[in-house]
Amino acid sequence: MQNISFSEALAQAMGEEMGRDPNVVLWGLDVGPYGGAFAASKGLYEEFGPDRVLDMPVSEAAYVGAAVGAAATGLRPIVELQFSDWITLASDMLINQAAKMRYMFGGNLKVPMVLRAPVGAYTRAAAQHSQSFESIFSFVPGIKVVMPATPYDAKGLLKSAIRDDNVVIFFEHKKLYEVKGDVPNEEYLIPLGVADVKRAGRDVTIVTYAYMVGKALEASVELSRQGIEAEVIDLRTVDPLDEQTIFDSVRKTKRLVIVQETWRDCSISSEVSARVAENILEYLDAPILRVTGKDVPIPFSPCLEDFVLPQVTDIVGAVNKIVSE
Amino acid sequence: MEIPKQTLVLMYERMLKIRHFETRVMELFATGELPGFVHLGLGQEAVAVGSCAALAQDDYITSTHRGHGHIIAKGGDMKQMMAELYGKATGYSKGKGGSMHIASPELGILGATGIVGSGIPLATGAALSAKLRHSNQVALAFFGDGASNEGTFHESLNMASAFNLPIVYVCENNLYAVGTRIDKVCKVPDLSVRATGYGIPGITVDGNDVLAVYQAVRTAVDRARGGMGPSLIECKTYRWRTHFEGEPDTYRPREEVEAWIKKEPIAPFRRRLIEEQVLTEEEATEIEKRVMKEVEECVDFARRSPLPATETALEGLTA
Repeated sequence: MQNISFSEALAQAMGEEMGRDPNVVLWGLDVGPYGGAFAASKGLYEEFGPDRVLDMPVSEAAYVGAAVGAAATGLRPIVELQFSDWITLASDMLINQAAKMRYMFGGNLKVPMVLRAPVGAYTRAAAQHSQSFESIFSFVPGIKVVMPATPYDAKGLLKSAIRDDNVVIFFEHKKLYEVKGDVPNEEYLIPLGVADVKRAGRDVTIVTYAYMVGKALEASVELSRQGIEAEVIDLRTVDPLDEQTIFDSVRKTKRLVIVQETWRDCSISSEVSARVAENILEYLDAPILRVTGKDVPIPFSPCLEDFVLPQVTDIVGAVNKIVSE
Repeated sequence: MEIPKQTLVLMYERMLKIRHFETRVMELFATGELPGFVHLGLGQEAVAVGSCAALAQDDYITSTHRGHGHIIAKGGDMKQMMAELYGKATGYSKGKGGSMHIASPELGILGATGIVGSGIPLATGAALSAKLRHSNQVALAFFGDGASNEGTFHESLNMASAFNLPIVYVCENNLYAVGTRIDKVCKVPDLSVRATGYGIPGITVDGNDVLAVYQAVRTAVDRARGGMGPSLIECKTYRWRTHFEGEPDTYRPREEVEAWIKKEPIAPFRRRLIEEQVLTEEEATEIEKRVMKEVEECVDFARRSPLPATETALEGLTA
């Protein structure tokens, strides 16, 4: 076992897959000698050289589009966006091209690519460097969306994403890059589309993902002190959604709180909520509650940012509200 | 530049295939037999054929919404194309793509796309992929005058130039982006000068002269394959029909349309092949008859083909 950071776990995943398959390449802004804005590609340029790790011009449509073209012609590109907020510049290449190509060309082309991008707030970076766009890309058929919460999950999921023959968007929370965790020395994979129960409990199910997993776990420590045992489910992959794990837990606890950092409307929390309501409503003893970011751009001033984002106390409060019902 | 006889004959035949395929599609669409929308390349045959004749079979192309000609020029199967236009199970995309979405990786056809300018980064990526895989392949991106105002065009040319990629950018300047004339939205009379800003060669040729197109593209392909990087070729041409079938032609002067139809690419090329004794009059006529028969066979094939089973609409999204 090794104790490594989330960034190091990502670099290991990419390095192992690049060593295993010569068609795996990495490109983006500053991913070469610079090592990536969040150090996720540290050492890869030195190990694999300029034909495998390429620094790109600041041209998101061109280099994401080039990854689509490269994926359709035999490579398995990993593209890094320096901040996921800029995914809007490349969204035609993802939504209109990559996501549709296999389907609309009747299976004649495949697009095995991974787009990695840092997401998330709590960093005092204001409206254009704090967003999380998983709702948009989960909405689009043909794209898988992964959002890990720990170094262990990040490594195993990224390796699976690189081996996947589909378009995978891999969102990495900025607050997690330096977080350390135990990761096995030997190789392992974590399948996409499988959630993980991060804490077992009998009284309430908290479904969450990415940076909010830590907040939910913190909340469950406080809840436990109050005698409420929360089960914390980390989705890990937000599309496709692991319904089974969610349903099994809710059938047991009969109460559901969904926690997500980003905006509420038309989001992962909406989807989880709808699927539980459609399928196992009769098991619920209380209304489903959601703890989400408020529907405004992320403001700069720390007091404002903290106010619009989910906090541990919000999660505790939501659980208290439905457990008392 | 010495051009082998078989290449000349192939160019003649492929231009005729496009001409007759498109003419038939025009007729079938007018009767309501073909669903959806079609964008015809009548009048632009020489750009597609001259360009693709300069490529090897495994070289890549990306096409556009007006893409039937590119696919035929690259060797695409007209039966599967026609069936796709009918939305049949035997079509290239099993009825899921239609006129604008046909791909054939065996022929290097990476798909036609309905978003203007979006094929340009894809072709650039195919060129980067070819370079990184040391495959000696070249990519060619077809796009129109309208797309040359998209960011994807400029971003891609810069990237291809910086990385010395094996790619040829072929701009089919047919003067109109739907109903807007290029000189209303772009101050540069020859779009090839945009190459200068990216430090690559740019040339404007008569897009209705198949040999001029062939020679320009051939030179650019040789350069690209030789590791000397990308080129931009602007082919001035004209579409006989409106942007899509069924659209009223309210934006082009009748005299302009007629003048360009007089400058059409196939008849002068045929005369030239006969003058230079590449073909006899009879042989040239025979080829055309054969092509027309082949197009009719495509229509028959498409008509006789089954519709896709509706449940296939839910298949094939992911691996």
